[in-house]
Amino acid sequence: MTTSETSRDVPLVQDQRLLGRRDVMPTVAAALGAAGVAILCWAVIGWHSALGVAVTTFVSFVVILTLAEFMARDADEVDLVEAERGEGEVADERPPEPDSELEPEQLPPVVLAAVPDAADVGDEPEQDRPVKRKKVRGSDLVEGLVAAFVAAAFAELLRIVFRMDSLVGVVIWWYIAFLFVYFLLVRDRADSESALDHVVTVVVWSFAALVSAVLVWMVLFVLFRGLPKLAATFFTQDLSKVGPLSPGGGAKHAIIGTLEQVGIATIIVVPIAILTAIYLNEINGRLAGPVRFVVDSMSGLPSIVAGLLVYTVLVTSHGFSGLAGSLALVILMLPTVTRTSEEILRTIPGGLREGGLALGAPEWRLARRVVLPTALAGLVTAVILGVARAIGETAPNDVSNIGADTTNTSPVHGPQDDLPLFVWKLIRSPEDTQVKRGFTGALVLVMLIFVLFVIARLVANRGQRKLGRVR
Amino acid sequence: MDSPSSDLLEASADADVPFRPISRATGGDRVYRTMATVAASASLVIVTVTAVFLIDKARPALGKAGVRDFFTTSVWNPTVGRFGVLGLVEGTLIIAAISMTIAVPLGVGMALFINEYGPLRLRRPLTTLIDLLAALPSLLFGMWGFFALQSHLKPVASFLSTRLSAVPFLRAPSGSGLTQSSFIAGVVVSMMILPIITSVSRDVMAQVPREQCEGALALGGTRWGMVRDVILPFARSGIVGGALLGFGRALGETIAVALIITPRIDVNTHVLTTGGGSIAAFIAVHFGEASTLERSGLVAAGLALFILTLITNFLARAVVNRTRIQS
Amino acid sequence: MTLTDSVEMPVGPVAPAATGSKPATLETINLSAWFGKRKVLERCSLTMEVRHVTALIGPSGCGKSTYLRILNRMHEVIPGAQISGRVEIDGVDIYGAELNATQVRKRIGMVFQKPNPFPAMTIGENVLAGLKLSRSSVSDKVALTEECLTRAGLWTEVKDRLHEGGMTLSGGQQQRLCIARALAVRPQVLLMDEPCSALDPISTRVVEETIGELAHEITIVIVTHNMQQAARVSDRCAFFLVEEFGEPGRIIEFSETKKMFEEPDDPRTLDYVLGRFG
Repeated sequence: MTTSETSRDVPLVQDQRLLGRRDVMPTVAAALGAAGVAILCWAVIGWHSALGVAVTTFVSFVVILTLAEFMARDADEVDLVEAERGEGEVADERPPEPDSELEPEQLPPVVLAAVPDAADVGDEPEQDRPVKRKKVRGSDLVEGLVAAFVAAAFAELLRIVFRMDSLVGVVIWWYIAFLFVYFLLVRDRADSESALDHVVTVVVWSFAALVSAVLVWMVLFVLFRGLPKLAATFFTQDLSKVGPLSPGGGAKHAIIGTLEQVGIATIIVVPIAILTAIYLNEINGRLAGPVRFVVDSMSGLPSIVAGLLVYTVLVTSHGFSGLAGSLALVILMLPTVTRTSEEILRTIPGGLREGGLALGAPEWRLARRVVLPTALAGLVTAVILGVARAIGETAPNDVSNIGADTTNTSPVHGPQDDLPLFVWKLIRSPEDTQVKRGFTGALVLVMLIFVLFVIARLVANRGQRKLGRVR
Repeated sequence: MDSPSSDLLEASADADVPFRPISRATGGDRVYRTMATVAASASLVIVTVTAVFLIDKARPALGKAGVRDFFTTSVWNPTVGRFGVLGLVEGTLIIAAISMTIAVPLGVGMALFINEYGPLRLRRPLTTLIDLLAALPSLLFGMWGFFALQSHLKPVASFLSTRLSAVPFLRAPSGSGLTQSSFIAGVVVSMMILPIITSVSRDVMAQVPREQCEGALALGGTRWGMVRDVILPFARSGIVGGALLGFGRALGETIAVALIITPRIDVNTHVLTTGGGSIAAFIAVHFGEASTLERSGLVAAGLALFILTLITNFLARAVVNRTRIQS
Repeated sequence: MTLTDSVEMPVGPVAPAATGSKPATLETINLSAWFGKRKVLERCSLTMEVRHVTALIGPSGCGKSTYLRILNRMHEVIPGAQISGRVEIDGVDIYGAELNATQVRKRIGMVFQKPNPFPAMTIGENVLAGLKLSRSSVSDKVALTEECLTRAGLWTEVKDRLHEGGMTLSGGQQQRLCIARALAVRPQVLLMDEPCSALDPISTRVVEETIGELAHEITIVIVTHNMQQAARVSDRCAFFLVEEFGEPGRIIEFSETKKMFEEPDDPRTLDYVLGRFG
């Protein structure tokens, strides 16, 4: 029969080639690994007995070779066995065909084992379950480990040659060597496209890990440095009676200042931002173009320039005050909150507005009763995130509101300290106690931002759920 | 006598002219519209006021130092009245450039991870992580950079300056320290501009039509092949726009930079060595104790920074909007 | 006869392209599919033979497209997608350890419902896009482009404008471009997911003619909603059906097209073919 002949001579040939390469790979890997062991013994452990190192190298060569073969074959078997297990559970449902060429003895042992006794044969066919396929194959793991090991040996070599004494440098060299060796190993098994894909996967994963590590590092850093001095007194005392070297004292004045300044700024920003967003999205009047342009350009305004502006407008005539700080925050918050609000309003389906208009509602009622309530969660989130960023702004206040050590509950009269300013001044001091106080202030600041962030997330989630039902 | 049919004909001849139905806002709507318009104009007012007041306050110093000298020399002598911010501008650009070389690959890589390479379950946590990074204050980054990161980066700087001294800007002339440098400031700033680059890149990459991505896979391309040949070419201008936005933010970073570098007025091209320039950090550090004339000079420097960031952001928005229109 | 054949059997490594151009038999054995917990296909067993056009017909929502996408491992691109059972090309399990997804897709090509030429590439570049993606080189690019466009029935219309963008073509031409592009990778099987549903009648006719000519050299599996098209184009037919709401799709009947349309075994097949439900 021609069909069966043509179907027979189509490869498996391709796989033979793969199989050939696979036989060589573990040997090469074992050789490289053994060389790595030799270098490690000689250089790291400082073991200079030639015979000892030679024996260890040989033993490690054999061990790695066995492991590599074992793992590679293990992986294949696991895949095939799992697939067959799925088939095995099905096999008993296949009605026995009298013309079947497949004698029961020829079925692979796994299937025979899965054949149930006569009582179960009449089971419903809902027994087939999806096969869990491993994302990472055995060969990937073997290659990864070998590459890691070889890279470690290489890094150690470099460490000796370059006399590097820091861990950071060695790790960086290890990473570069790892990528290189991994690429070569995968390319050996498959082709360079596949190798590139594997390397990119590693790189991208390590980027994600790096950024996460940095964030965790920063948070832990401020936690450990700031926690020692965190006490109830931190919130109830200010720095007026405390000298630079004496213990005690707190940030009461700074916290009050932050709450007042940010509070005032928020009260001013929210109505203006939301109304502007409504103007841009709902009314879309003649000024919409220039306003949008201005809002976009201002959103990149350096915070220090905002502070300078308030300085020129307010401070030169009225002196430093908390209010000046607030106004600087307004300039910083307004563009971002406006833009985010506008984007949120844009996501509300036009059908809602049309429905309202068709019912004869005037525009303002439409905004108040339809648009804003639907957008509420998103808008609240936008405001909260804007506040979270504003709380940490130091630069504008550095310029428009010098800050003080005493508690000043009035934002209008005289300079008023706030948390970022508090921290900024203290951590630049040469005195250790001051620096420690600064860290504690920074910890309070970060905790405040965290809390706001979590609240914003919760509000956003509730809003999503509500919108889901509406849509 | 006009026949009725001719009347009709005349009427229908000029009946086909369109008119725009106008509805006059009444009562509540008028109030509503006025309020919104006033609020919107607030932004315009603020910008105009900014420009006017800044220029006004900067005038004394600019007058004393001379506008041309102000932008072309590197000097800061308030008692004599000589100000020149060229070195500061160059220093700011250097730090921003260093931060870009780290943040752009890292940001695009993160975007690729979140969108394509990472498991779905990690998408939400990672976007939250990026948002958190964006919310953390500049203060924290500066403190972390100075107290924690610096000591770990010093050996890297040492290695680069000794082994790669063939590259001019990596050299460290003898006697110069390796801490508090533009390099370290650049690394810290890169973490601060990472979120905006990541989120813009993510948005643009998500807009690639799914059918093209599938088409690439169906032809036997690997995931990287699909990214390299379909997604990245499509998203290229958007990513550039996002990078420009990050650059603009890097230019204006104040506190983190001020905490790390020792600001110099003249440019330091050896980026691994102590001392760097940043207009914003310079202003922040000198403002408190400055005389009125010096303050005027600092305002003028702020004006220079403002113009710089304005141009960058304008370019960035234009590029990003062009991608949005394209899709 | 068998002895001489076995002597001629290739021994040792052979370039994939040469072996890849021989059409292959595709077979599924008890294939079931899930999207997460929801089962969408149940125990589909089918053999799609060489040099035959196998049509998959049935009302919408029966899992025909899902089935097709499992055949070239595109199903797993969707998160939460799972299968059980075997899919074999010439006896080799495509989900096994010997082949990875990219190798499978080079041997089993796909043409999508909506033509998807790459807009950033010219017509000529689109044809060779598959080679560019896998960074493989071919000795004569010009000849390959001409050959694939000819087999797709597009050469005469575009031979003078290979430098123009891929999107300047009409819908039917774009689809034929996608066919040419799929052919350039030298697959052994070509899967077509309702290739004409987005096209006008004239383009449909041209694409159907192309399918008819390709059938001699390549195994074709086509999903179609259009029963007349199935009757025109295919010689084997598999009828998919979801028996009750919420049930997974199953293959009710598989036979020669003539038989399917004139004297099907299952009454439901007859009902569908006569248009009593759709």
